[in-house]
Amino acid sequence: MSALTFTMKKRLDQRVDMSPLVCNLLEGLTPKEIAGIELQNGKRKIRVDELFRIKGDDTQNIVIEGSFAKLDFIGKQLAGGNITVHGDVGAYLGLEMKSGSIKVEGNAGIYAACEMKNGYLEIKGNTGDLLAAALPGNKQGMKGGTVLVKGNVGERAGDHMRRGTLLIEGNAGDYCGSRMVAGTIAVMGTTGRYLGYAMRRGTLLLWNQPQLSATFNDCGSHTLAFLPILFASFKNLNSKFAKESARFNRVQRYGGDMAETGRGEVLVKI
Amino acid sequence: MIINGVTIDETFAEAFGMKATRAIITAQNEKWAMISAQAMTGFATSVIACGCEAGIEKVLDPSETPDGRPGVSILIFAMGGKGLAKQLETRAGQCVLTSPTSALFAGIDEGVQIPLGKNLRYFGDGFQIAKKIAGKRYWRVPVMDGEFLTEATTGRVEAVGGGNFLVLAQSQPQALAACEAAIEEMRKIPNVIMPFPGGVVRSGSKVGSKYPALGASTNDAFCPTLKGVTKSELPADCESVMEIVIDGLTKEDIDKAMRVGIQAICDLGAVNGIQRISAGNYGGKLGPFHFHLREIMA
Repeated sequence: MSALTFTMKKRLDQRVDMSPLVCNLLEGLTPKEIAGIELQNGKRKIRVDELFRIKGDDTQNIVIEGSFAKLDFIGKQLAGGNITVHGDVGAYLGLEMKSGSIKVEGNAGIYAACEMKNGYLEIKGNTGDLLAAALPGNKQGMKGGTVLVKGNVGERAGDHMRRGTLLIEGNAGDYCGSRMVAGTIAVMGTTGRYLGYAMRRGTLLLWNQPQLSATFNDCGSHTLAFLPILFASFKNLNSKFAKESARFNRVQRYGGDMAETGRGEVLVKI
Repeated sequence: MIINGVTIDETFAEAFGMKATRAIITAQNEKWAMISAQAMTGFATSVIACGCEAGIEKVLDPSETPDGRPGVSILIFAMGGKGLAKQLETRAGQCVLTSPTSALFAGIDEGVQIPLGKNLRYFGDGFQIAKKIAGKRYWRVPVMDGEFLTEATTGRVEAVGGGNFLVLAQSQPQALAACEAAIEEMRKIPNVIMPFPGGVVRSGSKVGSKYPALGASTNDAFCPTLKGVTKSELPADCESVMEIVIDGLTKEDIDKAMRVGIQAICDLGAVNGIQRISAGNYGGKLGPFHFHLREIMA
């Protein structure tokens, strides 16, 4: 069986809701049935075969070729299987994803990995704001799994994040880890202002000294035993995080946000 | 059956089903991992009065431990799941949490998950931090020397306890030397422990006693000083008997340990005063696992 491949025929002006094209919803459908699925496109609906050329039949391995930044909700509530996207993606990539993996060769829009529950999401390019965050009004963002971003991320990455691991090889914008409930965010590049704003628990693991708010207190330098285990868990990733040279266990520990419960921590490599 | 002048009795050891788990203790160096492991497996020779049987399984190279530090793996056996969980938790709390630089990890992933550090975390008084890494939950508990890292749970599996054999020798030093040789070889076998002091027990017991309060009492049939006054199993020139008790994760593990242990003793042979190898059983009615000495050595 070859991967079920959707190749973009044309770039539409209006946004497309791609949520019906996930492995678990396509399982058992014939190519004809898949071709007939209707996707929301702005205020109208469009058939899948009107938008894509369809090849292959393995619904557990989906490839989207020629994707661009108006394809929203790719991998929404994905429960098993793999989705590979060549090109950029729009908003809500991997929304409430439950398991499986999504790999994006390009950039992602806002709210990628929003309220993700488990699985693996990899983005080679940059992402917009609110990566792994909660939907507006909701109290818990990403709840499990691993997100790897090789580029930069926008503002409020990990907002309300509850559990899981967010790995950022590039830079993070302002308010990274804001209102974080728990989990781990690792940033190899630089971080913006208001890091960990109102975070309650959780770990921000940084390679570069951040500009910290006055509500984060220095707890001194330490060798932490969990770091080698954390780094060992990255060893199979296709990432800088997997490299031996990226590993360390000596950190400067800052506790905060003291304006909240103060049980969170910022660990900076020393 | 006679091996190198040593008679292997036509008998069998009788063993029982137990519940077991493995834990891995690491520390800054092997010395401190061993200190913690010895504390945790102390006073754990027999379920009769200790609540569990525990021992050090092996020393682990840094490459074999979860955190890349020197470590020691220990096995703990108990008659029931609840008893095992209680012993594991109290021992971990008093002997590993307290031990400088230590960390504690699960040594068995499968089976029923029982608390390892899951409840010890409350020692952190709210400052403890959970980390779920690669599907496993860890707790970081702030302590005065830094952080105590522990895995939340470990796996409980079905196991076998009470495998044994007796070494009959012409003298006490010869019996002990034979047992030491056996233990040295048996410690190389994974998944087993010999829970008694140094792996050897000199006070083997029989079921029952003339005193109603006691469930077990001295195995008079194998006591050399009683040869003339009780129904003895010993030859006239036997002066000392020692026993090695083995707990293992499976019957096959105990088989293997008994084989290498008995072989090491037979290698010393009759010239070193070893007369017979026997075993303890209850007539085959109590324990479901039977270890026939001659089958094992065949």
